[in-house]
Amino acid sequence: MSKKDGEGCPRNRKQDNAQALRMGDPASDVSSSPVLSAFKTFQLELDCKHDKYERLVKLSRDITIESKRTIFLLHRVTSVPNVEEVLSEAESKLDGVRLKISQIAEELRGEDLFQFHRAFTPGIQEYVEAVSFQHFIRNRSLITLEEVNSKLVFLKEDRTEAKDSSAVQQGAPGALVFQVTPTDYLLGVADLTGELMRMCINSVGNGDMDTPFQLGQFLREIHDGFSYIGNTGPYEVSKKLYTLKQSLAKVEDACYTLRVRGSEIPRHMLADVFTSRAALIDTEDGVA
Amino acid sequence: MSVTDMFSNIQGFLSADQDIREDIRKVVQVLEQTAREILTVLQSVHQPSGFKDIPSKCLRARELFSTVRNHIGDLKTKFPVDQYYRFHEHWRFVLQRVTFLAAFVVYLESESLVTREEVAQILGIEVDREKGFHLDIEDYLAGVLIMASELSRLAVNSVTSGDYGRPLRISRFINELDSGFRLLNLKNDPLRKRYDGLKYDVKKIEEVVYDLSIRGLTKDPETAGDK
Repeated sequence: MSKKDGEGCPRNRKQDNAQALRMGDPASDVSSSPVLSAFKTFQLELDCKHDKYERLVKLSRDITIESKRTIFLLHRVTSVPNVEEVLSEAESKLDGVRLKISQIAEELRGEDLFQFHRAFTPGIQEYVEAVSFQHFIRNRSLITLEEVNSKLVFLKEDRTEAKDSSAVQQGAPGALVFQVTPTDYLLGVADLTGELMRMCINSVGNGDMDTPFQLGQFLREIHDGFSYIGNTGPYEVSKKLYTLKQSLAKVEDACYTLRVRGSEIPRHMLADVFTSRAALIDTEDGVA
Repeated sequence: MSVTDMFSNIQGFLSADQDIREDIRKVVQVLEQTAREILTVLQSVHQPSGFKDIPSKCLRARELFSTVRNHIGDLKTKFPVDQYYRFHEHWRFVLQRVTFLAAFVVYLESESLVTREEVAQILGIEVDREKGFHLDIEDYLAGVLIMASELSRLAVNSVTSGDYGRPLRISRFINELDSGFRLLNLKNDPLRKRYDGLKYDVKKIEEVVYDLSIRGLTKDPETAGDK
């Protein structure tokens, strides 16, 4: 149509373009019409948004990978003599993860957290899982949301004028704050229970008779907590509740067997009973 | 803090969140009602009789937009201003609808594409995120695309009503819109899906124009167009 006609001759733009269009003026230069110039700004805006989104997705993937590695590392505590060493190594890995999270916070400076939430929620959940796992091994308690968040305050010297939004709210001047949403925290904790179940089975395999009962107790508390929330939470939470129930059942079974068998089998043989059992459970369902 | 305390804290957060969503849903429902009313007013331009008094219909629609502004003003008070995207999904659909309606009114009045600023003004909202409740760019574009399919329908019906000039003008307009959208690098998202429908609207209108031209009905679009 007429848009082809004008392409060769870049005329004075804007100048009664709408008029020209309506009249079907063959010389109307549509390539610089208000509509097209508007769309050019839209293009910039959308591209900018998509780029930011992609960068966040990439950061989130890196966070997921590093957090997973930390969790694997932490699983070694059941079999090594020096727990502290493993814990401090995990700590330094988590510091690396936090560095990445600070980059997310940097990207989100002045943005709405929830506009890009989908891009980084998997990474954050994995981080919560790792950090709460480490916290549990060290303190035998559940890390609170406040504790998680308090570790995600980053001091930036270069920029003092922090323009902050809901997510990145004003802390100390120049501080960059990332806030884990309660939902992400909740989902991370739900994942944690899978790790605790594994840890329980592993520690039985290593002849540790106390940890399984502690874990059983702890998992029950978490399970009660989740049941309290029930279906008022988001959809993903209720989905994870099912897996949580399975994990809890396995741990409870393990404790049960430990009690029953423990009274009749000599201690040094228990390990054998459970190594075969653990293998059985792992093949049944390999999900964490 | 014990595990139980932690969970009851979170439970508190979740139920507060649900209350907000409930409030938003109520306002959005009323907003949808008004949007349907405006649509009904504007739909009558497809009637043969409707072509004669388009200005009065636009006027009526503009009156109804003041109700929309009230409802959106109400909606703004239902949630913290900096958490727009947290609840975005609740009003995304209706905001696209009213954007379409605003764009359609503006097109009927002036046969030009409504700017994002104009839509924001008609709806009583902002363009920039920083300034408060705003019109997301993707919602604006989605609204414009809804209008494109409405216009392809209008082109058909205007021929039925004997207005042979209008399809030509619509065709030029849609073509320009199409080349505008071609500039965008869309991701594989709902907007892209909707954009994929634009080519069928373009095609439909081109067929109408073709039908008119082989019958020699387009000879004098200028005079035919000015009813």
